[in-house]
Amino acid sequence: MFRSMRDAKAGARLSFTFDGRPLTGREGDTVTASLLANGVTACRETPVSGVPRAPYCLMGVCFDCLVVIDGIGNRQGCLVPLREGMRIETQHGRRQPEEVYG
Amino acid sequence: MKAVTAIDQLAESYDLVVVGAGPAGLSAAARAAELGVNVLLVDENPAPGGQIYRAVTMTPVTDRNVLGTDYWRGAEIVARFERSQASYAGSCTLWSIGPDAAVPEGGGFEIGLSLDGRARLIGARQLILATGAQERPFPIPGWTLPGVMTAGAAQIALKSAAIVPAGRTVIAGCGPLLYLLAGQLAAAGAEIVAVLDTTPRSNWLKAAAALPNFLRSPYLAKGLRLMAKARRSLRFVGGVTGLAAEGAGKLAAVRVERGGSITTIACDTLLLHQGVIPGVNLSNAAGCAHDFDTVQHCWVPRLDDWLTSSVPGIAVAGDGAGIGGAESAALRGEVAALSAAHRLGRFDARERDREAEPLRAKLVRALHGRRFLDLLYRPAPQFLAPRQDETIICRCEEVTAGQVRDTATRLGVTGPNQMKAFLRCGMGPCQGRLCGPTVVELIAEANGTTPAEVGYYRLRPPVKPVTLAELAALPQSEAAVKAVVR
Repeated sequence: MFRSMRDAKAGARLSFTFDGRPLTGREGDTVTASLLANGVTACRETPVSGVPRAPYCLMGVCFDCLVVIDGIGNRQGCLVPLREGMRIETQHGRRQPEEVYG
Repeated sequence: MKAVTAIDQLAESYDLVVVGAGPAGLSAAARAAELGVNVLLVDENPAPGGQIYRAVTMTPVTDRNVLGTDYWRGAEIVARFERSQASYAGSCTLWSIGPDAAVPEGGGFEIGLSLDGRARLIGARQLILATGAQERPFPIPGWTLPGVMTAGAAQIALKSAAIVPAGRTVIAGCGPLLYLLAGQLAAAGAEIVAVLDTTPRSNWLKAAAALPNFLRSPYLAKGLRLMAKARRSLRFVGGVTGLAAEGAGKLAAVRVERGGSITTIACDTLLLHQGVIPGVNLSNAAGCAHDFDTVQHCWVPRLDDWLTSSVPGIAVAGDGAGIGGAESAALRGEVAALSAAHRLGRFDARERDREAEPLRAKLVRALHGRRFLDLLYRPAPQFLAPRQDETIICRCEEVTAGQVRDTATRLGVTGPNQMKAFLRCGMGPCQGRLCGPTVVELIAEANGTTPAEVGYYRLRPPVKPVTLAELAALPQSEAAVKAVVR
């Protein structure tokens, strides 16, 4: 898990939810950074064996940070800036058609 | 700089499209724009800088000592780009490169871009791919457990969000970046309980011949400073020959093999690093020829003196053209820009050569001593081709080293493309980025051949996943409509 550095520049606080849990993040951070800063340990379950996975590379290469954002699955959280009111959810296995219309 | 914030703000076509906003891409785009070329720079991150200068214009890290002076130099490169007339599309993903049907005699490209959930196809007369490097895959048992990350990931988290791993942190692997990162994380207040060095001791002998050059290189003073600082304050463990991450559902400890003895270190975060390699997915999918570089031990695009690939009109600059570091990346970006500007008719060959001369001289200086580092930090064979059968090597499709080995020996599969058909490795969303090099290594070892002979995955657009909704909503060009009607 991650925590903020001392003396880090403060940014505007944004509210969002992860699996329905209300959390706050810093404007300018990505979805993945916000989850890590909030102590989230895993953000998806794999389609093959269903084991939990967490962000691995943070630079768009590994796809282990995939989450469902506002009903749209398969989003690379490390490339998406956090926005006020975002509804972020664990991605269970593959992206399902009903998630598109969530 | 002209910021493009929505997909419909893009022009129909640009003289030059540069992909990637690290030092190479920023320098290439700035130089080309200064020469009057109509240039677009696209980058999938929200802010310019690439990974090395990640978030340099907006980082929440206030103490400048934490990231060091080299990092802050990136601000000058970004500032030069911002002063130029280039267009810049951040948070924009390039997912395809193809021939431009609108240019009947060929020579132009049609590229697919996505921004904010909407896609478009636009034209580019010339392309410079500056997509940089990625960390070399470092598969060990348990590396898919939450709590295990790349060392670069921790650095990105630090630069872009000013967050550090909480709890006991272990850094493991090989390469100069390992010392840099350990120093940065320690300065940022992380609790680093051990730095596990997997550099094979025998590498020193192999690297010795390249030492005289290294002693005159700019790397030396910097490297020694970093190592001394890290070693002074942190617990270093050298000669590590085996690693495994342990835990149920999340990381709890790392198992360390050293010589014949085994120890276990309890930890909350394990950061892995085994050097960096060029990210070849885009250049490969664009049809550029690649060769296996036996010194850097990775695939690199085949390029001429002007960094032009085997596909006319496509150049590759920066670490994507071979690992050389930030300074050389910026210089190579400029060289590629001069060449592209020449091909676009901005100036004659003589003028291009004259402009390139001082850049080439600086490049030689910047790369001086590189060979020593490449030889010294060449990964040990057991980390390139994992010995334990249960080690997952394809994180997307959860394919193990044992499965690949078995398929290579028992079924006689000799190449990565055939392996893909048998096991699905390389067919998940990352498209081989994290298994490709290991699959090649395992096949080479099983068949007693070399990575160069085994070859690499043949990749195809889309290079990054694009949704059906985006494709279906693409604005239709006349040529596209005709293609379907026929």
